[in-house]
Amino acid sequence: MSLRRFILKRVLLVFPILLGVSIVTFSLVKLTPGNPVQVAIGLNPDMGPQEIARLKQRYGLTQPAWKQYLNWLGDIVLHGDFGSTYGARERAVSDIIANRLPETVVLGLFGWVFALAIAIPTGIYAAVRKDELGDHVSRFVALAGISLPNFWLGLMLILVFALVLNLFPVSAPRKPLWHPATLWYLLLPGITIGTASASNLMRIMRSSMAEEMNKEYVTAARAKGLPERTVVLKHVLRNSLISVTTVAAFLTAAIVSGSVVVEQVFGWPGLGRELIAAVRNRQVDLILGITLFTGVAIILANLLADILYAVLDPRIRYD
Amino acid sequence: MTLLEVNDLTVSFYTEEGVVTAVDDLSYRIESGETFGVVGESGAGKSVTALSLMRLIEEPGRIESGEILFRGEDILKMSESEVRSVRGNEIAMIFQDAQTALNPVYSVGEQISEAIRHHLGYDDDAARDRTVQLLDRVGIPDAESRYGDYPHEFSGGMQQRAVIAMALSCDPALLIADEPTTALDVTTEAKILDQIQDLADEFDTAVQLITHDLGVVAKICERVMVMYAGRPVEKASVEDLYYDPKHPYTVGLMSSIPRIGDERDRLQTIPGTMPDLVDVPPGCAFHPRCPYAEECCARKRPPLVDPETGDASTAADDRAAACLEYTGDLENGLDFEVTVEGEDPLVEEEQDAR
Repeated sequence: MSLRRFILKRVLLVFPILLGVSIVTFSLVKLTPGNPVQVAIGLNPDMGPQEIARLKQRYGLTQPAWKQYLNWLGDIVLHGDFGSTYGARERAVSDIIANRLPETVVLGLFGWVFALAIAIPTGIYAAVRKDELGDHVSRFVALAGISLPNFWLGLMLILVFALVLNLFPVSAPRKPLWHPATLWYLLLPGITIGTASASNLMRIMRSSMAEEMNKEYVTAARAKGLPERTVVLKHVLRNSLISVTTVAAFLTAAIVSGSVVVEQVFGWPGLGRELIAAVRNRQVDLILGITLFTGVAIILANLLADILYAVLDPRIRYD
Repeated sequence: MTLLEVNDLTVSFYTEEGVVTAVDDLSYRIESGETFGVVGESGAGKSVTALSLMRLIEEPGRIESGEILFRGEDILKMSESEVRSVRGNEIAMIFQDAQTALNPVYSVGEQISEAIRHHLGYDDDAARDRTVQLLDRVGIPDAESRYGDYPHEFSGGMQQRAVIAMALSCDPALLIADEPTTALDVTTEAKILDQIQDLADEFDTAVQLITHDLGVVAKICERVMVMYAGRPVEKASVEDLYYDPKHPYTVGLMSSIPRIGDERDRLQTIPGTMPDLVDVPPGCAFHPRCPYAEECCARKRPPLVDPETGDASTAADDRAAACLEYTGDLENGLDFEVTVEGEDPLVEEEQDAR
């Protein structure tokens, strides 16, 4: 099977997975107590049964659940319509997502790049210096990084770097997302979101690298007279990245869910903060929309990992 | 001309169970262009010896002492970059298991040409051409189109050939072949051995052939060293070793070779197994398994001596054995007979204590 066919096959597999995600998301949200009608009753307890029936009709709640699901899915697929929020100011969910998604994607990618930039070099270093001081120090730091909760780390970074050292604004008015100055604002939340993943990845990198270092092809590469640098960075690295890629895809989920907390802590105007507000106000369509996009992000990360996996390891394509 | 001279090489591994002396006071030499056999059971220290020659012993192993003179220069005293310019260039190694010695994620061709680019300074195209020629020379059909194949697309025999091509890529003066055929079936084995021999002749390369197979030694080696528990027990030319073995262990190895036409229904074996190197028996390491062992064998470690004169052997000596018989300590002597099947006994001797 050629690499192109392999990729095509994986891409096609995404669609049934997406369908599954949409069913699960829809069912979970429907099973959760709270819908627009109840919110309206809460706001206006004097509402009569006629009024309630009218509202139910309006939000399609009189139909059976499967029909509601099909309507919802149909609107998304056919019209790109994710529904809208209700209340005093109705907003289209697709508008909210279009506005907020770039913010979250930028934050998540920054966290990602930070995690990889820290994890891969230190992982290599720790594996090459296995059981020496550097390895022990990095293990200690990584363990700390895994153990620190996101929200606490975020608050501490704000406390130290913004309040005590005065290096960053606590929560200053931001420039638009695409302004270069955004990078400055990204630093603290990005580090917060990437730390746990960096620690995890670094440990995986180290152990997979250390395992590869014991293989005979490494001795064979050394026996060819190649410099140790080439042996490690060419022969060992590519083999160890294969298992790192798999784990990295899993960690995307951690970064995505981490963004919910981190955006709240840093006042970052992304989807995560929007999601918390949506849950608080029982904005069913918005919860559904954001959850669906989160699922898509994780699926895409896994797709990317699968493809990268095949590019790194020539044996995969022929399975 | 002496290409390689190993003097008093000792290599230890510091394991959790204790210090394992994998190679103990080993001396030998290899002449330019000759094929030198190193024989012994698994764990006798053959592979460790081979890796030591390229200074590739890794933690927890350590080369404790000795010298490895390659063209008169001590490899153990070289700087790291000097050793690297010898590795793969002047001394190259054919690994035992080609499947694990090849990196699964790079093409076979790339793995050969990277050494050529590194040592000979060829550019990409020239290295590629040379690699294709080498692959063709070791008998890979359609070498040009197989260049980009990955190791898993090669059969076991082809992988081994590729590893041989890799070892020959920079015209080494010494080729270390570490059981190059154990992973292969018998017919492929014969072809590969022929090929190693042909190529060694063609390129005038000396070969250190490591094997546990005395049949292989008889076929292609000129001189042989027999190792037991990290120590050399006998050194001889192939003829002497086969017709006039001096050490009881060598005799044991010989009699455990199956022969066509043999009437016995059980193969003769050496009783017992090789000792754990953490706990090598005192005195002669072979004495618990030796049919001729006497009391002194457990107390005195036999030095490697010339069996005729009893003088201590050096790397330059061609004939040596490490048995107390030759230092005059054995009371009853060695009582074995060597017969050559199907012919009149070429050598028949009864050895007694002098």
